[in-house]
Amino acid sequence: MSKRKPYIQELPTDWWMKQLFYTKYMIREGSSVFITIYSLILAWGVLRLSQGEAAFNAWMTSLQSPVAIIVHVIALALALYHTITWFSLAPKAVDLWIKGKALDDKFIVSGHYAAFIAATVFCLFVIML
Amino acid sequence: MTQPSMKIDIQRYRPEMDEKPFMQTFEVPYKADMSVLEALQYIKDHLDSTISFRWSCRMAICGSCGLMVDGVPKLGCKAFLRDYYPQTLTLKPLANFPIERDLVAVMDDFIKKLEEIKPYIIPAKTASNEKKCLSDGAYKQTPEQMEKYKKYSMCINCGLCYSACPQYALDKKFTGPAALALLARYNRDSRDAGKAERMKIVNQEEGVWGCTFVGYCSVVCPKGVDPAGAIQLLKVESSKDYLIGMFKPEQ
Repeated sequence: MSKRKPYIQELPTDWWMKQLFYTKYMIREGSSVFITIYSLILAWGVLRLSQGEAAFNAWMTSLQSPVAIIVHVIALALALYHTITWFSLAPKAVDLWIKGKALDDKFIVSGHYAAFIAATVFCLFVIML
Repeated sequence: MTQPSMKIDIQRYRPEMDEKPFMQTFEVPYKADMSVLEALQYIKDHLDSTISFRWSCRMAICGSCGLMVDGVPKLGCKAFLRDYYPQTLTLKPLANFPIERDLVAVMDDFIKKLEEIKPYIIPAKTASNEKKCLSDGAYKQTPEQMEKYKKYSMCINCGLCYSACPQYALDKKFTGPAALALLARYNRDSRDAGKAERMKIVNQEEGVWGCTFVGYCSVVCPKGVDPAGAIQLLKVESSKDYLIGMFKPEQ
């Protein structure tokens, strides 16, 4: 008779707190919660806009409450964190070869930042106009 | 002068005696050039001959001595006491696998997954639907063509990436990092024509889409294979496959 009795290792529920790498990953993934809240607030604003000036102004006033400001600051911080970590991972999903050599990671990362800056400047330009 | 020593906590599990694993502390003489594997061999030779662990080549090529060193999957032969001294070192078997005994993990599921992805060159059929004959000569490849897959061919099947993968821990059906990197290795080979067959494995939920890009597999890989990178590129391939499939008439 076999004496084998393999012991099954369970994944502890706090697995992502025990290793800094996993914690950072969970923050990156968890940022989606606040970004969803931010998107919903924005969508709510569009809805209020369709209901007329008074409704839209009430929405604008509600954004100035301390809770709204805190939520937006957290959402901004997490969005930046997500952007920075995601850009640093971007080269892994790019398969560009030039003259038989894989394109250097730093070109891909800086390309992303350049596109990010260009989009931000464009949006600012549209808003300011 | 007395020889400095170092404490090592080792997780023990003796299936014929124990219900669950327990920790046991050993003290080994410390030398700056001593690897974790050498420390284990010292313990087996001088302190407790019943301790079990796997090893073979001692030079990071056989992939046998993977274990958790202070919670991080590493090769015992490639981890050195000097990087942990004078703290106590904790050794456990590779995470996410069942434990056979002490530091020995059951790797059967991992090996099964490596076999499943058709890890061999599937040659193209010739016009007469025959395979190319040996007498027709070798399949030639340029260094540039080799460069496309070389990184993914460096895997030594140690399983560290599976121990680093929370997705594999949560769902054992996930094909996993090393097997998918090996799949990419064959799909990217200019001599291979089996891509369509392997894309069926890639496109599954248990294929590349089981990966959420944690990325720790590539960090712990002792051979620089970058399975996370291989999987993200396969996700791009899988998406292309899906899009092209939408516009293709039903066969």
